Amino acid sequence: MKYLRTNIREIETAAELQKIINENENVMVCCGRMGPMCIPVYEIMEELEEEYDNVKFYSMAFDSPESDMIRTAPECRGFMGLPFTMYYKDGKVAKATTSIQTMAQVKENLDQYLS
Amino acid sequence: MEKIYDVIILGAGAAGLSAGIYTSRGKLDTLILSEGVTGGQMVLTHEIANYPGVEMIKGYELADIMKRQAKSFGCTLRANVKIVDYRLTEKIKEVELEDGRIFRARTVILAPGGKPRSLNIPGEKEFEGRGISYCATCDADFFRDKKLIVVGGGNSALEEAVTLTHFASHVTIVHQFDHFQAFAHAVEEASFNPKISFIMGSELRAYEGNGTLQKVQIEHLKTGERTHLATDGVFVFIGYMPNTAPFKGLVGMNERGEILVDETMKTDLPGVFAAGDCVAKRYRQVTTAVSDGTIAALSAAEYIRTEQR
Repeated sequence: MKYLRTNIREIETAAELQKIINENENVMVCCGRMGPMCIPVYEIMEELEEEYDNVKFYSMAFDSPESDMIRTAPECRGFMGLPFTMYYKDGKVAKATTSIQTMAQVKENLDQYLS
Repeated sequence: MEKIYDVIILGAGAAGLSAGIYTSRGKLDTLILSEGVTGGQMVLTHEIANYPGVEMIKGYELADIMKRQAKSFGCTLRANVKIVDYRLTEKIKEVELEDGRIFRARTVILAPGGKPRSLNIPGEKEFEGRGISYCATCDADFFRDKKLIVVGGGNSALEEAVTLTHFASHVTIVHQFDHFQAFAHAVEEASFNPKISFIMGSELRAYEGNGTLQKVQIEHLKTGERTHLATDGVFVFIGYMPNTAPFKGLVGMNERGEILVDETMKTDLPGVFAAGDCVAKRYRQVTTAVSDGTIAALSAAEYIRTEQR
């Protein structure tokens, strides 16, 4: 079931998330809601899709039980701000951020962790 | 020859998008450049209930409709760009992006909006998203049965403090003055809430913790006494400031950094207009931003017509 109204492809199940990060070298997933801290990150991802064609960009609903793998990830321990944004490299978490991010912050993480 | 737009609009909030809808529908070649998210403050608003003609709509939905309207009339929109230089004094104005691209136009409408004020105290960057939040709607449920502090004394602070009591075990409101700026009903509702207490005439001086926020340092402004208060989270609602720093010295502003305009939204620079939360005015609503953007667009169109005669 889709929860998010964005132009980023939404992952709907935990199995789908696992498959995507297993099959792709570089994956960025923004796990959030349709809220003011999350929407800017979705929009930034949408704009970067063309520039970073080596990265797969996805969203996932924070309130879906299917996103448990992100919510409970050790890298997200202590996170208390939406969205939780995950950067996966070769199937592993390379970086995780909490709360709103700027274009510069997202690009820095993409360049540093998913290049 | 380099492309010259009729209008460059700087900002994609309610004012910028409204201006874009009007100029592009009026067949003016229009470019909107925004350093922030499309929709601006609208996106920060959970639900808008007082936009005439629309009974109830989420802020991001209204922003999305305005964005699609502007694009449908031919407006080009680039959001989340980094602008490094503005050259607005000549007849053809120039805006330069970080990547070196330069955009030119006959007129410019400044609609950069505002951003939430932060306290700018030690620990702020370290604990953002790890105890410090600016959005109760987004983050309240991370603080179930925990102790919170709300900073501020306006309507947002008091209303959000009441909302947060549905999640938190206790909310302490810290405010710099000994009275509130909020409407009486908001003060009354917070005052009668058994889960809310108040620390007046005080300001936060530092956020402290280890990985996550654990306490804050508070200074009582009259005595200068500093104390620590243990907390699991701090929500900051101390108003907004106009995003006008890049235009300082370019256009006339008041002491609060708000751009001065006349009733046609003209600034003191020919061909440069301003609209929305960045201008000096009493009321800041989506509707007033839409009004400003409309007037600025029509004034820009008139300016172009006059210059072409």
